[in-house]
Amino acid sequence: MVRFSAGRLLESIVVLGVMTFVVYVLIGLMPGDPIDLMIAADPNLTSADAARLKALHGLDKPIVERYWNWLSNAVQGDFGYSRTYTKPVLDVLFPRLGNTLLLMSLSLIFALALAVPIGIYAALHPYSKTDYAINMFCFAGISIPSFWFALLCIILFAVHFEWLPAGGMETVGRGDLLDRAQYMVMPIFVLTISSVGSFTRFMRASMVQTLRQDFIRTARAKGVGTTRLLVGHALRNALLPLVTIVGLSFGNLFSGALITEIMFSWLGMGKMMYDAILGNDFNLALIGLLFATGATLLGNFLADVSQVVLDPRVSFASRENER
Amino acid sequence: MLKWLVAAVFVLVNCAVPARAKDELVIGISQFPNNFNPAIGTMLAKSYILGMARRPITIHDANWEPICLLCTELPSLEKGTAKFELTEDGKPGIAVTYTLLPTLRWGDNTPITTKDVVFTWKVGKNKKAGVGNYELFRRITKINVKDDRTFTLHLDKRTCDFETINGFNLLPAHIEEKNFTDPAEYRNRTAYDTDTTNPGLWFGPYRISKVVQGSYVVLEPNPTWAGKKPAFKRITVKAIEKTAALTANLLSGSIDYIAGELGLLLDQALEFEKQHGKRFNFVYKPGLVYEHADVNLSNPILADRRVRQALLHGLDRESITKQLFDGKQPVAHGSVSPLDSVYNPDVPKYDFDPKRAKALLKEAGWSTKRKGILHNAEGERLQIEFMTTAGNKSRELVQQVMQSMWRQIGIDVRIRNEPPRVYFGQTVRKRKFKGLAKFAWLSAPRNVPLTTLHSSRIPGEDNGWSGQNYTGYNNARMDKLIDDMQVVCEPEKNRALWNEMQILYSTDLPALPLYFRANAFIFPKWLKGVTPTGHQYTSTHWVEDWYAEK
Repeated sequence: MVRFSAGRLLESIVVLGVMTFVVYVLIGLMPGDPIDLMIAADPNLTSADAARLKALHGLDKPIVERYWNWLSNAVQGDFGYSRTYTKPVLDVLFPRLGNTLLLMSLSLIFALALAVPIGIYAALHPYSKTDYAINMFCFAGISIPSFWFALLCIILFAVHFEWLPAGGMETVGRGDLLDRAQYMVMPIFVLTISSVGSFTRFMRASMVQTLRQDFIRTARAKGVGTTRLLVGHALRNALLPLVTIVGLSFGNLFSGALITEIMFSWLGMGKMMYDAILGNDFNLALIGLLFATGATLLGNFLADVSQVVLDPRVSFASRENER
Repeated sequence: MLKWLVAAVFVLVNCAVPARAKDELVIGISQFPNNFNPAIGTMLAKSYILGMARRPITIHDANWEPICLLCTELPSLEKGTAKFELTEDGKPGIAVTYTLLPTLRWGDNTPITTKDVVFTWKVGKNKKAGVGNYELFRRITKINVKDDRTFTLHLDKRTCDFETINGFNLLPAHIEEKNFTDPAEYRNRTAYDTDTTNPGLWFGPYRISKVVQGSYVVLEPNPTWAGKKPAFKRITVKAIEKTAALTANLLSGSIDYIAGELGLLLDQALEFEKQHGKRFNFVYKPGLVYEHADVNLSNPILADRRVRQALLHGLDRESITKQLFDGKQPVAHGSVSPLDSVYNPDVPKYDFDPKRAKALLKEAGWSTKRKGILHNAEGERLQIEFMTTAGNKSRELVQQVMQSMWRQIGIDVRIRNEPPRVYFGQTVRKRKFKGLAKFAWLSAPRNVPLTTLHSSRIPGEDNGWSGQNYTGYNNARMDKLIDDMQVVCEPEKNRALWNEMQILYSTDLPALPLYFRANAFIFPKWLKGVTPTGHQYTSTHWVEDWYAEK
């Protein structure tokens, strides 16, 4: 376990290091930084103004030198200031991270809470009318573009029925728990619907596969009850692929959902990183992306650990050998 | 479990957003300001919000006339408050004297004085401070302070727009001085971003009382404001980036009003009006945003003025604006808006006249038609590349219509669009477009077109791509006119120079004028007193005139 974790940690540090460089260079290679755009749009700005602003923001130095300066400061815990928000990066990032985690984790919990029982039910009644209906629902959830579904929900629940606020995070002058909960209903609903379909499909397929295994037939022959058979024998095995998928989705908890955030004016990581990349806000974009990368690596690690816990046939040594 | 879920939904639904009193106004805009310091950076969303909480010393009003907002009167040569003088190095300069209104106070009741004026200048002229409009502060070589209210600015260049200092945004010395000890760190330490709700930062009819970064700003009446009492007890400005969500918020009542300055595009607003026209008041205000196609005059085909004139005669611009924009965007016959006081209506106009267009092309040597496209005697095709911003639906639509109209007169127009970042950041700025580049200019009223038309402002390797004369227009008479327009300030002579400049522009056509863009304001029926300006100084600068009709 210790060796496995140490190996994974080392691997993660290398991946994060490479990612910082790649992301930094890619952002730097984008043509036309915001100061170029500013000078192109405002006839009163001179090229001397542009040069002065570029020097002020450090954009006049070679990209490798800028990267090295950033890295040297970052390893000492100084992540610098966000260029667009003129605030320390972590002061901008943490509130957004909190908002994203709240939204994404709740939608993940709801999606799993729906997907697991629905997937099991569909697996137990394969090719029945209900199974076909569930399949249709799943494909619809996977296929519906989130911006369109979000807009549909806004028109239906905010404009037509006037049940829920159309967007934002709180009512001005209120902001209590109940008030904030109202604002979360639609984004969580949209995110849940968009992910529940694939989770259900995985759960169903895995469960169908497991129910065909010899050990299930043996357990049935031995007279094991249906509930115990499903929960104690089949589900534990059927969950393995879903755990891997959920592990891979772990990074999304930190990187946010851009379209949903924009549609519901939710101040999350997705929108923040999008703006930071477009605005050449290196410090903010890098830290945001590193959080997401780190979370994805952590998610993979947790998925590996879960595999060992759920499946006695798998050991840390075998996971390491697989790599 | 199900019962609990249903109960929870019931509670949430029944606690939905309560109806607002009419003494509150919620405005929807499509952008959130990056920061709140009025001197650092230029952003329309910031200018919009800060228009309610602070004011520039001078401004152009809704009639596009310069007026004082914080001063007693504009400097005048006749009254002696503006005087021509020589700078220390013997160049022609000017001294302008302003007197601040006696009633001005920051929100913490500290009087606004010349100390704030001098401090603002000190910040503005410091290269490390990151002020957007550095040139304005650099031009001020000295400030003479007479007393707490009266000061004289000495400018190193004599220009006819001396009476206004619209970009001089006062900063509170009593709060910001300590944050400016290290100028390079000022933009990170400014109280405008670290302590935005500090009343001492604001002196408008409203002051910022709450900021939820990226989401909304709440403004409440400023008790130290000595002007007309504002009608609303609270104004909230919400940023909703997606226009579909913006309209949905308006329909659901989450916002009351979509600001024209930063709201829907015209085509979106027209569509919205068709569906919900009865519920709201719509005002379309054309203004300073001049949509045009810059011509690369280094292109041998387009270097011929007759071809450029033929291009305009071949375009039915009236029909374009009527069909696509419901006639709300007036056709441009030059770069100066008809709302500008210096506008000259007697410039050459190019009505839709395909016959005249063909004749001009024939005169220019494009006389042989093969497969519908004109060729010259050397057998070259009349082919022009046409660029604009990819992804801007409205622009791309107009571009396609223009391509189709020009095809009718035998011109093969090839469209090649790029994302704005590449297009403006590289292609236009470095004159890499081969034929036509369609975009818009936003300028100020009476803006002398020095940067866009003077030959000294053609971007190139030699000048580090400085300047915005992207067309490469080089005309000695235009240069002289532009030079004179800045220094010959007697009204009649100055007006004559403006007139000639506009005639020359419309004759030479370094750019093809298309139309002046209009902003769409969508008001609730009860909101009155909002006067769209059409220029860059937003309607919020007169927010104290807004009220709810009972």
